[in-house]
Amino acid sequence: MSKLLMFEKPVGMRDTLPHIYETKRKLKEAAENEMRSWGYRFIETPALEYHETVGDASAILDRQLFKLLDQQGNTLVLRPDMTAPIARVAAAKLLKERVPLRLAYSASVYRAQQREGGRAAEFEQIGVEMIGDNTLSADAEVIALLVSVMKQSGLDKFQISLGHIGFTDELFRQILGTKERSEQLRRFLYEKNYVGYREHVKNLPLSSIDKQRLLQFLSLSGGASCLDEAMKLVEGSAGKTALEELKAVFDRLKEYGVDEYVTFDLPLVSHMSYYTGLLFEVYADGVGSPVGNGGRYDDLLEKFGHPAGATGFGLRVDFLLEALEQLEEEAGVHCILFSNERRVEAIREAQKRRAEGESVLLQDVAGVDDVDKFTETCKEVTFFVGKSSYGGEG
Amino acid sequence: MSMLTIAMPKGRIFEEAAALMQEAGYQLPPELDESRKLIIEVPEENMRFFLAKPMDVATYVEHGVADVGIAGKDVLLEEERDVYELLDLKISPCYLAVAGLPGTSLNEVAPKIATKYPTVASAYFREKGEQVEIIKLNGSIELAPLIGLSDRIVDIVSTGQTLRENGLVEYETIVGITSRLIVNPVSYRIKNKEISTLVSRLTTTIEEKAVR
Repeated sequence: MSKLLMFEKPVGMRDTLPHIYETKRKLKEAAENEMRSWGYRFIETPALEYHETVGDASAILDRQLFKLLDQQGNTLVLRPDMTAPIARVAAAKLLKERVPLRLAYSASVYRAQQREGGRAAEFEQIGVEMIGDNTLSADAEVIALLVSVMKQSGLDKFQISLGHIGFTDELFRQILGTKERSEQLRRFLYEKNYVGYREHVKNLPLSSIDKQRLLQFLSLSGGASCLDEAMKLVEGSAGKTALEELKAVFDRLKEYGVDEYVTFDLPLVSHMSYYTGLLFEVYADGVGSPVGNGGRYDDLLEKFGHPAGATGFGLRVDFLLEALEQLEEEAGVHCILFSNERRVEAIREAQKRRAEGESVLLQDVAGVDDVDKFTETCKEVTFFVGKSSYGGEG
Repeated sequence: MSMLTIAMPKGRIFEEAAALMQEAGYQLPPELDESRKLIIEVPEENMRFFLAKPMDVATYVEHGVADVGIAGKDVLLEEERDVYELLDLKISPCYLAVAGLPGTSLNEVAPKIATKYPTVASAYFREKGEQVEIIKLNGSIELAPLIGLSDRIVDIVSTGQTLRENGLVEYETIVGITSRLIVNPVSYRIKNKEISTLVSRLTTTIEEKAVR
């Protein structure tokens, strides 16, 4: 490899310059305040975790993990998401305090990029986890909060696609019988390969009715009416339970008044094995990847030794910023330029204005080469230069 | 209705893809294949087309700068992009095959495979339980065994003429290839109406062609 040049950064690592920082800060503040106002408490966890515990339990593929070794030879990972670390803390400590737990986070996560640039390898996620509540009210609350957070962040053009892994599993189990065959078909959905799915179904030793059921499954997306279509595809109670759950959550979202943002997408499979029930992805106009996702993950906490149901969502701050389009104008500061003779006067003025809540920049004119250029972005400029106007302090 | 941006592949697949779109009733601009202009808007259809290298189509779609694209299955297998593969357009049929000089076998110490498809080739030989060394080339793959760079090549075969002309023979067929309609996952939701219309019109055309 050639010698690194001084301006270079590792692939996918990005700087946040002042004007972007301001926009990001406002967005995060709005989102965090909304989460707080729903009674969620923020926590922080370390950036490094053990590969064997959190790394292994996380929903992120192993090849996307940044790994390093500690002095004892343990493999560490830079946390690839916040859900697994929070599950660790909850299982070890917090669940003993009070259940259900409403936790929130706003933190950087790390995912190595395999192929090329164009994707961030470090990005901030903001989200919530509701742990120890298995009711549909919990699922609905998390989605309703998600909508609120999006709106408070200044986004209005977005859509949430809702699916239920319980329905997919049950439909496949009924038609295909074995877990192995279901898994095969589920992989096509996970890989978004509908052509492969159809081909595979065509070649299965099934009755034409069953094949038709599997093919029809792909088109189960859109408004609430697709749930009725779905009802016709499954027999027995297990698959219907999943649909009834979706319906019930949708009704609750209507009560919250946020159903306009939600559509159904039953073939949605966000992950091969992580989610255990309702799951969803969030899409915003103008951003090429989902800005967030979430769902019910009832098996994760058990891995940390404390079985408990859980649901939550995570939003990517970088994608939300992309969706916002417009960057916040920098507020601008009041600039006070002073020369040595009137320094004290200038300091007093700055102190007074700062105490009133104004942002004040204090600059010795001797340190500035081009005053015009320097003051270009100032909101207002005051000079304390030359002989004091009224003697005294100067 | 929002505008659909469609990435079309240059070269071999282009004409068949354009013909299929026209058969489905879309008015494509005649200047599209002259490839001087990179991006062409068709306001009547509320669409915008651009031409890209076939290997790059899936990249544009994954990043969401194109909502929809037409790409060979070979590209999808090689690039493993996060896009929806919605339709088999059943155009530009060909297949990926292993070829080499007649009557030769793989070098026992370090069997070398030259290909434009390193991901596909390494997955194929791994599945067969053979450890091979992949050499990535960007074109004229047939040259590799002739000049002694590799024992075998993995490449697209449509008529087999290029292989024959170079005195190469096919050893194994890996997988059949046709062109696919691919869609960005976000566009698939946000522009669902427009994309569904496109899919159903193309589906009808493909089915009609199959019956003919």
